[in-house]
Amino acid sequence: MKNIESVFWAYMLGWAVFFGFYLTVAKRSKDLRAEVERLKKAAREK
Amino acid sequence: MEKRPLFGAAAVVLLVAAAYAAFFVAPRERTMGDLQRIFYFHASCAWAGLDAFGVCFIANLLYVWKRRGTYDWLGVSAAEVGLAFTTVVLISGPIWAKPAWGIYWTWDARLTSTFVLWLLYVCYLLLRTLVEESDRRALLSALFGIFAFIDVPIVFGAIRWWRTQHPAPVIMGGPGSGLDPVMRKVFFFSVLATHVFMAFLILERYALEKLRGEVEQLREEAEAA
Repeated sequence: MKNIESVFWAYMLGWAVFFGFYLTVAKRSKDLRAEVERLKKAAREK
Repeated sequence: MEKRPLFGAAAVVLLVAAAYAAFFVAPRERTMGDLQRIFYFHASCAWAGLDAFGVCFIANLLYVWKRRGTYDWLGVSAAEVGLAFTTVVLISGPIWAKPAWGIYWTWDARLTSTFVLWLLYVCYLLLRTLVEESDRRALLSALFGIFAFIDVPIVFGAIRWWRTQHPAPVIMGGPGSGLDPVMRKVFFFSVLATHVFMAFLILERYALEKLRGEVEQLREEAEAA
C-alpha cells in the first residue's frame, strides 16, 4: 500500500475542513438564536 | 421532527461509504498505485465546489433581477460552502502532487485558475463585511458574485483547452479519456456523496442567514419603536 498515508491525510484534512466549517456555522447559529431571544425579550419588556 | 439533522446524518454516512469505496472497492491504478485513490475525493469535491458556485451565481442573478433577500441569503450560503469545498481541493491536490510530481505546487493553468477562484470568493465574502446597509451589501455582492463566476468555466476548461501539468480529464475529456468501470462507479458514488453533503451544508448555512435576517428585522423594529 505505497503512498496510502498521503491518501489518508488528504481525506483526514479534507474532513477536518468540513467539520471546522460546520462548527463555525453551528456556533454562529447559536449566537444568533440567543440574540433573537434577547431582542424579543427586550421588545416585550418595552 | 427536524429533517435537517437526518439529512446531515445521511450525508455523513454517504461520505464515509464513498471513502470506504475509494479505499477498498476501487481497484489499484496501474501507474500511480494507491496514490490515485485521492482522485475520488479530490475530483468530487472540486465538482461539488464548482456546482456550489453555480448555485451562488444563479442566486446572484435572481437577486439582481427580483431584489429579494432570500436570494442574497442563498448566494452567500452557497459561496461559503463552495469556498469550503475549494479549500479541500487546494489541500488534497498538493498532497497528491508531492509524491506524484515531486513538488506540492506549480503555477499551471488548472491550479492557478482554481487558486484565483478561491481568492475571488474570499473577496466576495470580505466585500460583504465592508458594507453595512443590507440592500446595498446584497446588490454589490451579487454583482461581484456574477463577475467571480467567470472563473468557473475557466477552471473547468483549463485542462481541456491548454496543455497543463495537471492530469488530463477522465470525465467529459473526449476521445481516449475514461475510467475503468469499477473506478467509474466509485467516482460517481463519491460525486453523489459530496453533492448531498454540499446540499446539507448550504441548507445549514441558509438557516443561519435566515436567523441573521430575523435579527436585523428585530433591531430595525426596536430602533423604530
